[in-house]
Amino acid sequence: MSAPLVEVAAISRSYSMRSGMFGRATAVHAVDGVSLTIARGQTLGLVGESGSGKSTTGRIVLGLEPPDRGEVRFDGKPMATPGTAAWRGQRARMQMIFQDPLGALDRRLPVATQIREPLDIHGLGTASMREERVRELLRAVELTPVHGARYPGALSGGQRQRIVLARALATKPDFLVCDEPVSALDVSIQAQVVNLLADLQAQLGLTLLFISHDLRVVRQISNIVAVMYLGRIVEIGSADDLFARPEHPYTQALVSASPAPGRRSAGRIVLSGDPPNPAARPQGCAFHPRCPRAIARCASEVPALETVGGDRQVACHLVTGAVTRDAA
Amino acid sequence: MGRYFAIRIGRAALTIVLVVTFAFVVLRLSGDPALMILGPEAPPEVLAAFRKAWGLDDPIWAQYFDYFGAIAKGELGRSMRDGRPAIELVLERIPATLALTLPAFAFKVALGIPAGIYAALHRGSGIDRAVMMTAVAGFTVPSFVLALVLVLVFAVQLGWLPSGGQDSWRHAILPIATLSLGGAAVLARFTRSAMLEVLGQPYIRTASAKGVPWRKVVTSHALPNAAIPTVTILGFMVGTLIAGAVVVESVFAWPGVGRLLVVAVANRDLAVVQCILLLVAMTMVTSNLIVDFLYGFLDPRLRTKGAHA
Amino acid sequence: MPQLVSIEDLRVAFNGVPVLRGVDIALQKGEALGLVGESGSGKSVTWLAALGLLPRHARVSGSVRLEGREILGAPAAELDHVRGGRVAMIFQDPASALNPVLTIRRQLCEALALHRDLQGNAVKAEARRLLDLVGIPDAARRLEAYPHEFSGGQVQRIMIAMALAGNPDLLIADEPTTALDATIQAQILELLSTIRSELNMAMVLISHDLGVVAENCDRVAVMYAGRIVEEAPSNQLFADPVHPYAQGLIGALPPLDGPRRRLTAIPGTVPDPAHMPGGCAFAPRCALASDPCGLAAPSLAPIADDRSVACIRAESSRRALLGIAAE
Repeated sequence: MSAPLVEVAAISRSYSMRSGMFGRATAVHAVDGVSLTIARGQTLGLVGESGSGKSTTGRIVLGLEPPDRGEVRFDGKPMATPGTAAWRGQRARMQMIFQDPLGALDRRLPVATQIREPLDIHGLGTASMREERVRELLRAVELTPVHGARYPGALSGGQRQRIVLARALATKPDFLVCDEPVSALDVSIQAQVVNLLADLQAQLGLTLLFISHDLRVVRQISNIVAVMYLGRIVEIGSADDLFARPEHPYTQALVSASPAPGRRSAGRIVLSGDPPNPAARPQGCAFHPRCPRAIARCASEVPALETVGGDRQVACHLVTGAVTRDAA
Repeated sequence: MGRYFAIRIGRAALTIVLVVTFAFVVLRLSGDPALMILGPEAPPEVLAAFRKAWGLDDPIWAQYFDYFGAIAKGELGRSMRDGRPAIELVLERIPATLALTLPAFAFKVALGIPAGIYAALHRGSGIDRAVMMTAVAGFTVPSFVLALVLVLVFAVQLGWLPSGGQDSWRHAILPIATLSLGGAAVLARFTRSAMLEVLGQPYIRTASAKGVPWRKVVTSHALPNAAIPTVTILGFMVGTLIAGAVVVESVFAWPGVGRLLVVAVANRDLAVVQCILLLVAMTMVTSNLIVDFLYGFLDPRLRTKGAHA
Repeated sequence: MPQLVSIEDLRVAFNGVPVLRGVDIALQKGEALGLVGESGSGKSVTWLAALGLLPRHARVSGSVRLEGREILGAPAAELDHVRGGRVAMIFQDPASALNPVLTIRRQLCEALALHRDLQGNAVKAEARRLLDLVGIPDAARRLEAYPHEFSGGQVQRIMIAMALAGNPDLLIADEPTTALDATIQAQILELLSTIRSELNMAMVLISHDLGVVAENCDRVAVMYAGRIVEEAPSNQLFADPVHPYAQGLIGALPPLDGPRRRLTAIPGTVPDPAHMPGGCAFAPRCALASDPCGLAAPSLAPIADDRSVACIRAESSRRALLGIAAE
């Protein structure tokens, strides 16, 4: 296997946040020692609830904000300093799409103009070549020049997300960070966009970081899935295997909480307690106050992410190596 | 909570300093007070004596610091025109101004808020459209135009009311009407949009869905929420009680603070202008502080965080 | 079993644009009915219209009976008694569903004062009991708190407590977990199911999430473009959907286990209510559509015991069946 396209080594990022208008500032560890590698042409899915740090991780990987510690390497080279020519060259090779396509588009411009914008910015090709590229991109996302002449307000949610995707692809990027790209769409439209994304990935050899709270969509599109909880990766492994045999108690709860037609809620794991608050991170394993299996050690000692067999890594004191795996 | 108000009071003090500084700079740079008051034909030695007497030949920054030092001691200077303390001149005009602005404020509230609420509750009805058309008219027509129209109709054409002066309560009617109509229009528009915003909120639907009669949904769920933005505009109106009648006082020859200001500016009577500006800035800033207080009272989201922290 | 609610030919139009185009729903006492469909299908509008909660410019027609008594267009006083007292409702967005400037106690006690004959301290005691019931710890103290001091999941619990204040026979839960995280969604759904079985309360669960509806409801109705297109017991619907739209919805849902397959996306988009196609509203997106589909909208008709479908293909097969039976 060739060298991975994206290597993320132990990145951390914390913010200073006031609790309320008059409270004292506290440090919020949004991302805490996250390491990932994404191989060329592969998709890494990042799942977690609100406050898990998955979106912050995506922005750091893309260089939209710097990590406090750790390093992101793209195609074997560290991220260039923002503003330099090397950085612009790197940035043209990586793009991002967000949950809200209407917010990402300018309502006052026809969408074709917006697809052409990155080509204008990076000065790629002549005017007629750019026009041709826009038509090509519209075709690639299964839209027509008729759609291109419209304004964002005149398109449906699914069509807008296709436009955002076309714009992201304009500079022929190698790497795409997708942050909840289909969460705002209805099921039938969601399936259209997921299929399109998979097709484009296969055609163009794209590498994806796919961030979502929706386990089903993540499994559908990912090769490797990482589960985040309060800024840390608690479990990572190949997608099918991870959802079929989750090891970390949190992953188990997430999988069990995902309702499925034809599967009644018998044996559902219902976690007690509120969703985690990054400003009040528990000592030890951050999950232990909600963990149905927590032991004394969990409250004091942070579990490290360790390989437990195959390509699976788990950060849990109760899951150690192949022994536990066989017993489970 | 203490910190919240310390910040606001500090900001208020800074605002006042800036206003006074601005007035000083503008008035001193735009003309020589000695020339303005004594006239261009005055002999040079008279001008020099006048400048010396008022400290106008000191370096400008020295004048500036002297002025602030005096304010700190509570001395607001004397009018360059007749030598009386500026504060005395201003204070004796305040009752006349309040005689216009206080009743006008009461009318604005009494007319504007109910009209806005009614229009919001009957959105799209004939009355809503009538209220909004009146409001837009009141909003866009400048007060001097409105004042002149009122004079033309009620004083000149019909001869019912006097067109200017301060001899009886009848003289106050047209100035108060001019002030109230514009303000009521602004308030009606504001209240209406605040109400519409609140009525569209999910918690209004929640209240209806649990069986709260509509009248009570409006009074106990919608109004307390709509009051929050409305208080802002009310606070602004309280802030203009002293100096909000400059135009109207001029049109109707009403001897209030506004007219004093116009005359003092025309004469470069520095002490009087600065005294008025200080007073205006202080009313504005005080009303803003009251608004901040009221926010804390009306909106628990601002209050509780501080109380628990 | 007597019917609790029966809705017949309910129609709603906003500014002349029809958004609900003839909906029939019958609900038994204690039953859990799921209503699925994409945004704009009319699943929320149905119940807002039934309870008179739509804005004034909405044109509503048809019939909504609560235990035989017509409530559509009933006087305001009667509707206020039904709302919260007989039929309670909870909504999607917990952050804005409670009044931000009133304490939880005031909002809970308001509901209790309206629908229960309680006086003085009994009101507050009942409010405490309800908060306990929905799992808000330290209820006595928390009653004095404001909505912003609770998390989204807790606010939804408080909404449920408020809905239970009037001892309703029916709870309409409109996307109750859509805005919540997965593990919190599981908590709320479990709470709803516990309370429902304890109080023997009927429930209508409105959701775009097929999984949520399948797991929590006895019967499911699928809505498309302002009509019900298929209605069936939930296990049957998901095992063997008949209407092409229901089939499409289920096929569009990525599986969480087993082999991965390409998703069967439904092409196109939901029709604009102002330009509804003639005939079956789904025909332009339907892979199985034929010429007759564009002529007349098929009506919802039974194909088996407690199963109905609004599709011309189901109709013809039924006619064939009936034809054979008649001869």
